[in-house]
Amino acid sequence: MTTENVTYTSAAAQPDDPYAGANDETQSRVFNVGGGDWESITVSSEASERIVVNMGPQHPSTHGVLRLILELDGETVTEARAGIGYLHTGIEKNMEFRSFTQGVTYATRMDYLAPFFNEAVYCLAIEKLLGITDQIPERATTIRVIMMELNRISSHLVALATGGMELGALTAMTFGFRERELILDIFEMVTGLRMNNAYIRPGGVAQDLPADGEQRIREMIPILRKRLTDTANLLIDNSIWMGRTVNVGYLDLTGCMALGVTGPILRATGFPHDLRKSQPYCGYENYEFEVVTETTCDAYGRFLIRIREMEQSLHIVEQALDRLKPGPVMVADKKIAWPAQLSVGSDGQGNSLDHIREIMSESMEALIHHFKLVTEGFRVPVGQVYTAIESPRGELGCHLVSAGGTRPYRVHFRDPSFTNLQSTAAMCEGSQIADVIAAVASIDPVMGGVDR
Amino acid sequence: MGLEENLPSGVLLTTVEKVAGYARKGSLWPATFGLACCAIEMMAVGGPRFDIARFGMEVFRASPRQADLMIVAGRVSQKMAPVLRQIYDQMPNPKWVLAMGVCSSSGGMFNNYAIVQGVDHVVPVDIYLPGCPPRPEMLIDAILKLHGEIQDMKLGPNRRAQMRELEAEALAAPATLEMKGLLR
Amino acid sequence: MSETPVVPEGVSQFEVFHVREGAFGGSGSGDTSGFGGLVELMHMPEPSARPYGGWFDEVADELELSLAARGISVGDAIEKVVIDRDEITFFIRRDLLVGVLSALRDEPGLRFELSSGVSGVHYPNDANRELHAVYHLLSITHNRRIRVEVATPDADRHIPSSVGVYPTNDWHERETFDFFGIVFDGHPALTRIEMPDDWPGHPQRKDYPLGGIPVEYKGATIPPPDQRRSYNS
Repeated sequence: MTTENVTYTSAAAQPDDPYAGANDETQSRVFNVGGGDWESITVSSEASERIVVNMGPQHPSTHGVLRLILELDGETVTEARAGIGYLHTGIEKNMEFRSFTQGVTYATRMDYLAPFFNEAVYCLAIEKLLGITDQIPERATTIRVIMMELNRISSHLVALATGGMELGALTAMTFGFRERELILDIFEMVTGLRMNNAYIRPGGVAQDLPADGEQRIREMIPILRKRLTDTANLLIDNSIWMGRTVNVGYLDLTGCMALGVTGPILRATGFPHDLRKSQPYCGYENYEFEVVTETTCDAYGRFLIRIREMEQSLHIVEQALDRLKPGPVMVADKKIAWPAQLSVGSDGQGNSLDHIREIMSESMEALIHHFKLVTEGFRVPVGQVYTAIESPRGELGCHLVSAGGTRPYRVHFRDPSFTNLQSTAAMCEGSQIADVIAAVASIDPVMGGVDR
Repeated sequence: MGLEENLPSGVLLTTVEKVAGYARKGSLWPATFGLACCAIEMMAVGGPRFDIARFGMEVFRASPRQADLMIVAGRVSQKMAPVLRQIYDQMPNPKWVLAMGVCSSSGGMFNNYAIVQGVDHVVPVDIYLPGCPPRPEMLIDAILKLHGEIQDMKLGPNRRAQMRELEAEALAAPATLEMKGLLR
Repeated sequence: MSETPVVPEGVSQFEVFHVREGAFGGSGSGDTSGFGGLVELMHMPEPSARPYGGWFDEVADELELSLAARGISVGDAIEKVVIDRDEITFFIRRDLLVGVLSALRDEPGLRFELSSGVSGVHYPNDANRELHAVYHLLSITHNRRIRVEVATPDADRHIPSSVGVYPTNDWHERETFDFFGIVFDGHPALTRIEMPDDWPGHPQRKDYPLGGIPVEYKGATIPPPDQRRSYNS
């Protein structure tokens, strides 16, 4: 860290400076953010023609707290490096000190645009370790699919909206966020929260759909479908948009395989790899949907894929709604199932009044059972598993090691954005600075997932 | 211009204060400091449903030198803290800080090595907004409360008197640990 | 936690990695229930013997053939194979890792093209094999997944880098170095990636504290999660 001593002096050289604000120190040090090998980088590049420019971590267009270090020759980027870690939260270590169900609330905040996917992969890993994957009730699995696919649509909408905003298409932002509100209303109705809902829990889901839930989702789908078409028509075949994204951020199949890139970027190369089809989970083998691909390997292709994937997700949601049959939403095994029946009361979500009457007035055993399961949690036998699902950005995996206790021994999430962001250098070197923005927007990284 | 700072206390200054307060709160431009999940709710506030354009705030200035309000939306990691301070230092006066969400107010659910336990360790905060993430309506409520404070901000000698009063109050106030009563 | 646990008869092959002493954490709590005297040994699933069942035999055979063809001794390279929860894990000796990964990637019968990254695990009780690096590989051609695990002692934390075989492991190895201290020899630029560049220590190791602070309430504080009196997992 380099520091300089700076003394503020006003015309009257008084410490009581009339221009200084209430919170300013009139004699203070100014800290410059530098350090590490920054000086050697800036000096070692051929100083006459090339400059090293730092974009971020606070920047309106870098899609979150991402630091891009670019070596420029005029307007051309000769070297690009991505600096991450500005959102590192220590989620994986924190989960080692929480029971498995409490861990869901941590997992959900990693990739905050696709919370249901984080929860789902974590719960699928726990259920695999417990060996109860086949005992999860069908209604719970179907609700998980509905929530995940709606989340995929809302995540792609944010990708479109922020991508558009970063490239200057501000109407895409207003349209995208308006459509997203429709989906967030559904999330709020079902789970109680708009974002970061700890809804998918080990053993099933936290609570059933409300009485009018299915009907409200069905009512929303045609409205959303029409609005998605409107949003898409803003940008598809738009000459300015195409001018900024066609042949930008090129990464072909060899590059994708070498860099381990999955998701829309891989499918833009023409390769139809989707874990929902190749290694289905949560009953995805029962739904009819296409794996959307393009062959152009560029940012425009990825954008087209996201739009068509949203349509496919709506199709899956409709099929899932048709498959919904009445039934339980938590696994039958009482040693694992979340003991409370939750409901939304006048003061928000909480235990239903029936459940409270049962544990407080009727049955001591039920109270003890509820208490032990909530405070201690259930025990998961020793072992390690790796579960992977297809999140909106690619393969999201969870490596879970259990030591036989109520807490994970080690949980590591293989986040798609972390791996996909490695391809920034391959996509951006040799192009111009403005193309860097378009390329990063097409990768659609979510820094919460990258840094965890 | 500084003229308003040099007016003597009196009726003229009071009127100027009201006008200046109205003008400042009427177009309070936020700086983009969205970090994590709260940033998405902050972007939703800028969207059509929750619209902060009606308060003159939809222009999120990318450059801190043009911004008035820094909404610290999201968890601040140890690596990000110096950057946060640098952006705050680059903002010109008058400036305000709104700590949005529990992670920026107090570290939130992440009580660990990686997160700064409250951005008030790094920058002075004017208003704290709890929530994980706070709904857009809650953010608007916090902004409106801040508008109220800004409207009532005094200038010149009145401001210096007000600052001395506030500082004395803050120094005399007991720490949370010393307060009595219900634990919450 | 520091005394060597008593290993029951006939359990010598099992990897003991965690000892749970007492049902409740903390000490001096005045707990007279007797649960404080519980000692439970946690060990990983035992190595499996042939035949493994399903497609695991096919993969294991192919791997052994291809290693032999490349002049790598199978007995040295593969320390053990564990089949658990429908997943196969190959424990590979660390200095032969790159050869094994090349074989896994290139042989037509194996073709594990996609590496899902490297993850680290710290087993402080696993004598002389404390730090494990876990590689998850996906074969899109054959649609199957395996796991390759490499163990290294804490005193000598070196594993050869797999970036030459799977370039995607670049950032993953940097992350594992950042959080566990495992040095990957041959990595093009092994530096910290998540923590600030001058951070001391490796945070996700078991001997690194969670680092929280006590939370203040009116008249009381609650200690951070790793120091609370709670159930011992």
